[in-house]
Amino acid sequence: MATLHDTLLPLCRKLIGALALFAPAVMAADEPPPFSPPGSFTDLGHFAHEDGATLFRAICQGCHMADAKGAVGAGYYPALAGNQKLASATYPALVVLKGRHGMPPFGDYLTDAQVAEVVNYVRSHFGNQYPDALTQAEVAKLR
Amino acid sequence: MRHVQNPLSISRRDLLRKIGFSAGAAMMYQAMSTLGFARESDYGGPIELSGAPKGTSILILGAGMAGLVAAYELRRAGYDVKVLEYNHRAGGRSWTLRGGDEYTELGGHKQKCEFDPGLYVNPGPWRIPYHHHGMLDYARRLKVPLEAFNQVNFNAYLHSSKDFGGKPQRYRHIYADYHGHIAELLSKAVNKGQLDAELTTEDKERLLESLRTFGVLDKDYRYVKSFATSESRGYDSERGAGLMPPPQLSTPIARDALLKSGLANYMVTPFDYDLTPSMFQPVGGMDRIAMALYNDVAPLVELDAKVTAIDQDERGVGVTYVDAHRGGEAKHARADWCLCTIPLSILSEIPVKVGEPMLAAIQSAPYEASVKFGLQFKRRFWEEDERIYGGISFTDLPIQMIGYPMAGMNQGGKGVLLGGYVWGTNAYEFNAMTPEQRIRKAVESGAKIHPQYPAEFENGVVVSWHRSPFTQGCFANWSDAAREKHYQNLCQIDGRIALAGEHASRLPAWQEGAVLSSLDTIGRMHKKIVATA
Repeated sequence: MATLHDTLLPLCRKLIGALALFAPAVMAADEPPPFSPPGSFTDLGHFAHEDGATLFRAICQGCHMADAKGAVGAGYYPALAGNQKLASATYPALVVLKGRHGMPPFGDYLTDAQVAEVVNYVRSHFGNQYPDALTQAEVAKLR
Repeated sequence: MRHVQNPLSISRRDLLRKIGFSAGAAMMYQAMSTLGFARESDYGGPIELSGAPKGTSILILGAGMAGLVAAYELRRAGYDVKVLEYNHRAGGRSWTLRGGDEYTELGGHKQKCEFDPGLYVNPGPWRIPYHHHGMLDYARRLKVPLEAFNQVNFNAYLHSSKDFGGKPQRYRHIYADYHGHIAELLSKAVNKGQLDAELTTEDKERLLESLRTFGVLDKDYRYVKSFATSESRGYDSERGAGLMPPPQLSTPIARDALLKSGLANYMVTPFDYDLTPSMFQPVGGMDRIAMALYNDVAPLVELDAKVTAIDQDERGVGVTYVDAHRGGEAKHARADWCLCTIPLSILSEIPVKVGEPMLAAIQSAPYEASVKFGLQFKRRFWEEDERIYGGISFTDLPIQMIGYPMAGMNQGGKGVLLGGYVWGTNAYEFNAMTPEQRIRKAVESGAKIHPQYPAEFENGVVVSWHRSPFTQGCFANWSDAAREKHYQNLCQIDGRIALAGEHASRLPAWQEGAVLSSLDTIGRMHKKIVATA
């Protein structure tokens, strides 16, 4: 499978490689907390943004919502806001890398540095105030 | 090098279907067979369920294709059937959006579809391969008319925003020129004796002869501008009659520019087992088959029922549910047996009393991201201006595809395009936007392929599957390792509960997977019921 993957991924990046600029969004008046996408689309196969806040807005808020309070339908997306499970940085890092239940793994879409960035962002925002920061090297060990 | 568990697991589907096309048909087929994507449907004709013990009740959870097929067949077999469905409609992902339909996604953004009468978009499945015998048989038995689904259109576009000045290229040009260039190259190698170790003299002659036909080469085995190649790739001006001017020959795209663009890599479509002709769609929208089943079992189905717990003991199954929209008091349903077709993305968040092996399986299926757009335009400019009737254009822009309607071709009037069908990272990025933002982006992207977009666009709807309240994703994208570990456990009958749906099939994401899973499971459940009666 490695051969197939090696063949496909560079090709995929080449074909879907447009970094199309996106005009600033105009919000509807009655919207809940505004979604502010980062303003660009990345190469298919890998997310380009480097900082945690932008990565959150490009990926996480789609399901966990812009206020990180999650959403409820037939099932639910858990809130990241004030979430006790974030006490250890390892847990969210593992969930991002490997997925959990229906949540897909993002390990192949994100570098170690990006995973650390987005985990640190979530653990220091939305009512979470964990002072310890996850490092790139620590993420690498979790892969 | 970092350890990657399964390099293909994340964007396997988009890689295989849309991008990994250069790997070659044989290699693709091998890869897809390994992944469980390329198996022919095992449908064995209408299911026979005789001898159901009188008064035996079966509770079905979910009224998508799997649940509806089960309800239809089990009721006919004489079982006492009840169905609980979360949505205010049946069909699940076998779904069509038409004018007047409303859809509220997770996050609360509500869309109202404003399409004109007769126009629609299928936000879920939109095509049925000829070898999906179960789907085709239900369409035939329920008298749902089908029409051709035109997967490959040689006059549609292949588009690279970075090549040919961003100008979309006709599929027929890329197709003819790629074949011409590789035939010329291979002929050169043969004529220079570079393949002498591989080929006998006779085989060399046979190969050269076939390459001349295959690549439309001239007498010197060159692929050049000529009447012959224009007959293959098309003329620059059409052939007329009488005293009309003679046609202008077209000029093949240079080999280096063609290779640099990578556009030839999109051409696997004709070689993809799941996408080869003939393909079909129900006349009027994909939900017609699900609706035909639903019409037969509607009195058995309770809509707006959100399942909150699934319990069982040695005597039967108890399901707790609430009104999906108003909440309120818990309601209870009890039956002797239960067929649960709830997607695993949802089921993994509901307490369900099954053994550890099945529970672990329920919790191990990541649900893929995907986004689909339906965009209504004032006129069918793709037909009127560009002579594109049905089929699909592919692009490297985030929308990835534009699908042209197969219904109402050449009749004029308004039309609805599939304004994007998005997988992989771009699907997550669209998912992180509001519907308005997504649609604006889709129109902006599409305008780079069809400049008529801004002037002709009227309204649109978009379904981002991770925002879907009833599935939280598009389909169960099992990794090979997870499937290996959990699939058998997922498909067992655990006490009095069994699961069914595309997630319990080797045809992931296809309706046929849901149909076959349903039939296989109710067949085994019926046997068990009869044996233990």
